[in-house]
Amino acid sequence: MIDVVVVGAGPAGPAAALTAARAGMKVVLLERGPFPGSKNAYGGVVYGRVLDEVLPNWWEEVPVQRWVTRRSTMVLTEHQALTVDFRTTDWGKAPYNGCTTFRADFDSWLAGKAVEAGAQLVTSTVATGLLLEDGKVVGVRTDRVDGDLRARVVIAADGVNSFLAKEAGLLPRTDAKHLTLGVKEVLTLSREVIDQRFNVRGDEGVDVEILGCTRGIPGGGFLYTGRDTLSVGVVVSLEHLAKAKVRAEDLITDLKAHPAVAPWLQGAELKEYTAHLIPEGGYDAFPELATDGMLVAGDAAGMTLAAGLWLEGVNFAIGSGLAAGTAAAQAITAGDVSKRGLRSYRKSLEESFVLQDHRRLRRAPKLLLSDRVQQRYPGVMADLVQGLFTVTNPSPKPGLVKLLRQSAKNNGVKLRHLVADSLAGGRIFR
Amino acid sequence: MSWEGISFEDRMDTVEFRVGDRPHIVVDSEICRSCTTKACVTACPANLFAPTSDGGILFNYEQCFECGTCYQVCDAEGALTWTYPDGGHGVVFRHG
Repeated sequence: MIDVVVVGAGPAGPAAALTAARAGMKVVLLERGPFPGSKNAYGGVVYGRVLDEVLPNWWEEVPVQRWVTRRSTMVLTEHQALTVDFRTTDWGKAPYNGCTTFRADFDSWLAGKAVEAGAQLVTSTVATGLLLEDGKVVGVRTDRVDGDLRARVVIAADGVNSFLAKEAGLLPRTDAKHLTLGVKEVLTLSREVIDQRFNVRGDEGVDVEILGCTRGIPGGGFLYTGRDTLSVGVVVSLEHLAKAKVRAEDLITDLKAHPAVAPWLQGAELKEYTAHLIPEGGYDAFPELATDGMLVAGDAAGMTLAAGLWLEGVNFAIGSGLAAGTAAAQAITAGDVSKRGLRSYRKSLEESFVLQDHRRLRRAPKLLLSDRVQQRYPGVMADLVQGLFTVTNPSPKPGLVKLLRQSAKNNGVKLRHLVADSLAGGRIFR
Repeated sequence: MSWEGISFEDRMDTVEFRVGDRPHIVVDSEICRSCTTKACVTACPANLFAPTSDGGILFNYEQCFECGTCYQVCDAEGALTWTYPDGGHGVVFRHG
């Protein structure tokens, strides 16, 4: 008898399989792709400190591309760019902060850790549905011959589309308003050229987040450095993208042609194009995290944090997975795998960063994806700075307040909106 | 292949697909005919939905990212039957 079947090998699934296996459970970890990570795509940065307790010194073996030591936030208009750029050598040494890596590498590595702990990884196998008895989850069906797998607890870490959570009635069938579409190009460029263009050396890397590059469709762009690759892409509201009838790859093409971005990419060649949905509804869109015999973790539970300054997902997936594996093992040991018996999962998430960060920032997605932040404020900020630094001789310098008024007016923003949104932002990010 | 003005075909040629025999997504073009938005046509990042002259939709499953965009934006109940490809088949990302 299997104790825990975990569906989906990256990264919530391997994390769950790891803690469940270490607690002595017999664990099967299912992956529908030929290897972990083969179906996954993301922006590009993993924040690994969540692994400190379970995999000490994880940084010595994680398949890193570059350690992010420089983080830029760019605000673009068609012809302007305002960048806040921060770098610190602290992020370039243990325990580090974030690293760029590819999911095929990272998810496979993490799944390997679950296997080392005793979990059995089964790839190329789709969990096609739930095994139900008296309304309780008692396992999964798979697309293997005689492929039913009975287990005491199922952990659904089957991603943003989680058909298992949908079948269990925990997720709505469709939910376009809480989803974004991410599309990414990975481009090859030599390591030396990347080092020079991005002003880094060794295994230092850069993370650039970009606002104002999506034709007013709520979302943003990104650019990350790999060893000898650049990842460039956009993440946009699925609902608004569909309404605007804009093709996502055209937004990448726009971004790559922007005068502040194009010089970075000169001569780089497309290596791979990827696309993936992201659950960005945040705290208020979370499903129930447990039902009788089943827990939901990672993107399946909508755990991605998309809060403007913070764009994180893999760490939340790992955090929820670790907690799910532990909770499943505790419930099995206690002999109660009912929803009630599994409630320690939610409790432990509430005590960790996973739900605390999400709760604190629950109203961020709405403000950050609002029309003014997306369509108007980039222009206000860029015009303000251009006004400050344009020497208007023989006219004297205009005052800051006058410039602000003018920038706001040029972009159709009323000062009371600026004040109201600043106050709202202050409350959300306090 | 330079990045300037890359064709969509060349873009998709950078992605590995282990195409299975079973179409994992099936489109009921009859239902699509009554759809006025046809949001799938532009939203699908792999550009797999082509409007036909009779108002329906022609769909090809082979170069599918399995992202879920199409069924999420689909307004017509029952137009799309959406499953994952059989285990081991479908898209294989190396740099996702």
